[in-house]
Amino acid sequence: MSDHTVKSYDEELAYLTSILARMGGIAEAQFAAAVQALAKRDDDLAQRVIAGDSRIDELDQEIQTFAVRLLALRQPMASDLRQIVSALNISGEIERIGDYAANLGKRCLILNHLPVTAPVAGVIRLAELVRGLVKDILDAYLERDVAKAIRVWSRDEEVDEMYNGVFRDLIAQMTEDSGTITASTHLLFIAKNIERIGDHATNIAETLHFQIVGTPPKGMRPKGNTIGASE
Amino acid sequence: MNMIVDSVQGPSKISAKALDVHYGEKQALFGVDLQIRAGEVTALIGPSGCGKSTFLRCVNRMNDLVEGARVSGSLTLDGTDIYDRIIDVVQLRARVGMVFQKPNPFPKSIYDNVAYGPRIHGLAQDQAELDEIVMTSLEKAGLLNEVKDRLQESGTGLSGGQQQRLCIARAIAVEPEVILMDEPCSALDPIATAKVEELIDELRENFTIVIVTHSMQQAARVSQRTAFFHLGKLIEVGDTEQIFTNPQHPLTQGYITGRFG
Repeated sequence: MSDHTVKSYDEELAYLTSILARMGGIAEAQFAAAVQALAKRDDDLAQRVIAGDSRIDELDQEIQTFAVRLLALRQPMASDLRQIVSALNISGEIERIGDYAANLGKRCLILNHLPVTAPVAGVIRLAELVRGLVKDILDAYLERDVAKAIRVWSRDEEVDEMYNGVFRDLIAQMTEDSGTITASTHLLFIAKNIERIGDHATNIAETLHFQIVGTPPKGMRPKGNTIGASE
Repeated sequence: MNMIVDSVQGPSKISAKALDVHYGEKQALFGVDLQIRAGEVTALIGPSGCGKSTFLRCVNRMNDLVEGARVSGSLTLDGTDIYDRIIDVVQLRARVGMVFQKPNPFPKSIYDNVAYGPRIHGLAQDQAELDEIVMTSLEKAGLLNEVKDRLQESGTGLSGGQQQRLCIARAIAVEPEVILMDEPCSALDPIATAKVEELIDELRENFTIVIVTHSMQQAARVSQRTAFFHLGKLIEVGDTEQIFTNPQHPLTQGYITGRFG
């Protein structure tokens, strides 16, 4: 797409993308750090993740304010309009991802100080899968790559399946050894939050599709059952 | 470059097929196919010289007045060829009214401005009926309350926005079926513009309206359908909402987002 006749408009749109990129990068790092804190039982790292969430919230605020300003002053149309509305939307999704990462940090601190622990390997595997999706969707956003977005969108089912596996394992763990109920319950919430991060990545994929193509992705997203209580 | 073909088909009030217009050597319209549906506002947008006003002026044969203008292809109003020899242009212009960029009231009283058309077309049997037509037209044009106590004052003494609404009252007094508007708000302030836009929205119940505008926001606000012209060609036509959120042709996209290079 060629440039706007009014150059400052291009600069403003580029700035909007750049704040969103920064915000996405921080959320990705926060999530990775939270997972690492869980795997390594690292209190310091967990604390840093909890404290770091406010930076994401600030950037979200900045995007909301800047996007509203653009809507009011530029009266954007067509692809510009879609880009700005999408930025508002995606910023909200990333902000939620940040919140879940911070929550993971908080639960991490509790888990680290419980007398009895439960195995975390399954949750970590789930987190690695979802981290991949978050990274891919943020890359797709920067590259304006709709095919990549669709791939992320259709992989949410894998997340749901793995989540159900983790859910079953944790229930089995609790049934076997009631001493691990507290730890396992925290891990259940962590797994659920990670699964939700995957949902937000999927939402970003849908918004990105709308931004680039002008319509939401066609057809129903392959959707597994995530109620957990499977057969 | 292919034109994006309009898929929606309803009953067409005005139908252009392969419409070409030449001004002397210069070709102003190239094979325009455009259906304009009854009871809707259709906005024609595009950069200066794109042919949108030329198209508008074909519909009531205003181009007949331009020396060297030739129209070929088909242009019909309710299925009747507008350019058929048997068409009485005066009658055609009674069916297809026009409102111009600059308000152009006659240097006559407010009353006579509106009564002019009904008088020459013999639409009123007596004075009472003429009064009725004038009052109703002013009412429909949203002007009655502002002028009812000074109907005998000159139309040119009104404000710009009022003058434009007077011109609209004058246009609708002869009960046309179609109203053509050529940038009707470009000389008006935002409040007067809003009043005319509100009026356009009310008028579309009874009239088919085609409006040429340079204001994309105005096209977005008042029309149900939008047609984009470029260099004499119709590039894309569709529901206004679709044109402004998700245009299909790169030229439309470029124009409405301000990226013309």
